[in-house]
Amino acid sequence: MAEKVWDQHVVHKADGEPDLLYIDLHLVHEVTSPQAFDGLRLAGRTVRRPDLTIATADHNVPTTALDLPIEDPISKKQLEVLTANCAEFGITCYNRGDFNQGIVHVIGPELGLTQPGMTIVCGDSHTSTHGAFGALAFGIGTSEVEHVLATQSLPLTRPKTMAITVNGTLNPGVTSKDLVLAIIGEIGTGGGMGYVLEYRGEAIEALSMEARMTICNMSIEAGARAGMIAPDQITFDYLEGKEHAPKGEAFEAAKKAWAELRTDEGATFDREVILDATTITPHVSWGTNPAQVAPITANVPNPEDFADPAEREAAARALAYMGLTAGMAIKDITVQTVFIGSCTNSRIEDLRLAASVFDGRKVAEGLRVLIVPGSHRVKAQAQAEGLDKIFTAAGAEWREPGCSMCLAMNPDKLTVGERSASTSNRNFEGRQGRGGRTHLVSPAVAAATAIAGHFATPGDLA
Amino acid sequence: MKPVTVITGRGVPLQRSDVDTDQIIPSDWLKRVERTGFGAGLFSEWRDDRNFVLNDERYQGASILVAGPNFGTGSSREHAVWALMDYGFEAVISSRFADIFFSNCTKQGLLPVTVDEEVANQLLAAVAENPELEITIDVARGSVEAPAIGVSATFVLQPFTTERFLNGWDDIGLTLRNEADLTAFEAKRPGYLPTTA
Ligand code: SF4
Repeated sequence: MAEKVWDQHVVHKADGEPDLLYIDLHLVHEVTSPQAFDGLRLAGRTVRRPDLTIATADHNVPTTALDLPIEDPISKKQLEVLTANCAEFGITCYNRGDFNQGIVHVIGPELGLTQPGMTIVCGDSHTSTHGAFGALAFGIGTSEVEHVLATQSLPLTRPKTMAITVNGTLNPGVTSKDLVLAIIGEIGTGGGMGYVLEYRGEAIEALSMEARMTICNMSIEAGARAGMIAPDQITFDYLEGKEHAPKGEAFEAAKKAWAELRTDEGATFDREVILDATTITPHVSWGTNPAQVAPITANVPNPEDFADPAEREAAARALAYMGLTAGMAIKDITVQTVFIGSCTNSRIEDLRLAASVFDGRKVAEGLRVLIVPGSHRVKAQAQAEGLDKIFTAAGAEWREPGCSMCLAMNPDKLTVGERSASTSNRNFEGRQGRGGRTHLVSPAVAAATAIAGHFATPGDLA
Repeated sequence: MKPVTVITGRGVPLQRSDVDTDQIIPSDWLKRVERTGFGAGLFSEWRDDRNFVLNDERYQGASILVAGPNFGTGSSREHAVWALMDYGFEAVISSRFADIFFSNCTKQGLLPVTVDEEVANQLLAAVAENPELEITIDVARGSVEAPAIGVSATFVLQPFTTERFLNGWDDIGLTLRNEADLTAFEAKRPGYLPTTA
């Protein structure tokens, strides 16, 4: 599938040179774009296709009430510069407070801009999210952002392909987040390097679009620049009627083309991994990279048990940073903060799932719980369904959309030594604030943990 | 980027080895949203020292940095190249460059000139002694000359990199050589694809 999309986008090919690939959609946000725009200005260039480019403010935006000012001057500046650059170069930009604003990887799909078979780039590594639609989508650096702005294309070397086949069906209470954490635990943070991952098999086909996005989102945590899932009826149903999706006859024509993208029967991959969905249980990360995960029912591993010396050392370092002792039950670990949000798990289904756990219950004494919807549309939908009431009644904070505590560029941060259960995608040292300790979990585990005060699944709650 | 054919100018001696990009442009400067203005941050920590060579009046306006070995190690930040160029340097001479820094230079149009250690030392000493010494670098010929001290050396770039400098091709410029292909491709894109307008 990745190869089909690739071949359909080659603009120019020459021996010994990377292929020049056409880019169908370029997503822009405030952090990685300012120098790219300045580069254009310096060289006297324009944006080739502003109509294939869209910008949103997400990384820096505060998630507190919209009428409060932005306190951090650097954040404020980056947001202002984004607005000014977009105005100058004719790009549509969704600013803080705009109904279309949200995390860049949440708004692309919900506006129907993300479609099967497209090439999509953004100056953010979690662009892999869009692969859930069968698009070839990956993150790029600032120079590449400038390149795409100027030429709507990128010189790239063809990646290798890896199939990740998940057979069987997931057990009730196990989410796609648990599945992807298990996959990363299996292949390691470097296992996907140089590959485009294609997730397939019965368990993947059964997933909703939102659950598929969660999986593809985290492909980058396995080292892969992109992850893809073949488009099917679930994809088509999701897209139908979305603002930028084709309409009427065009939709029918598109559907035909999309159905063709599926990997041909018998096609070979450079590598193949096979998993059994029935063996997967809710997962929690215990370390400082997303491959350091374990089932929630397990104990914190003993570094001595790792055969590989590098892994052993990494585990020992992680435990020291995380303030954990080998052998303790994961369920005995208490947290101070719970974060439900980020482009991994901030869509409406994630919030519904969390709300079903919070409903009629109370957050444990002294715990801070932040619930940050991925976009204004998600927020509005959640409010229409009354989810916000459930959250606030339980004692959680219901915030404005943005990246928030996923990378702590805005004021939502952990303090030194503070421990969180987080539905985001990275548990690196200091990712959620200097000295903060992050455990990656699904929205269901995050919510149950908020109520229990320690790691728990909804089934553990009375 | 602008074409670079021949650079004639005075040199600044930077008598240190293993200068890394954190020293070239300290990380405080990475928060900026512009691509220009980094010249003010060039070697900013060292510039606090009044005796640092960039603070020496006699070297103002010089366009060639004559550096020690292993220049540009460390983080891959392109800001290091932006800072050197924004300050006014057109070329850096060293006996050895860090790979990523070297490649960043060729992409932005700052000429990295690798010469023998002996030549590098000779130039360093001469420039330190005489701020007025004139150096000429010819990209097409691959030559570095300082007739006043009898230096006439060569440096090597990949033929493609030489082309890049002579024609002023940055990566975008290179891609735009295929402009006709791009336009042809755009004409054939399926009509159902979305636009953001
Ligand atoms: S939510 Fe986190 S991972 Fe996603 S785009 Fe924002 S900062 Fe990046």
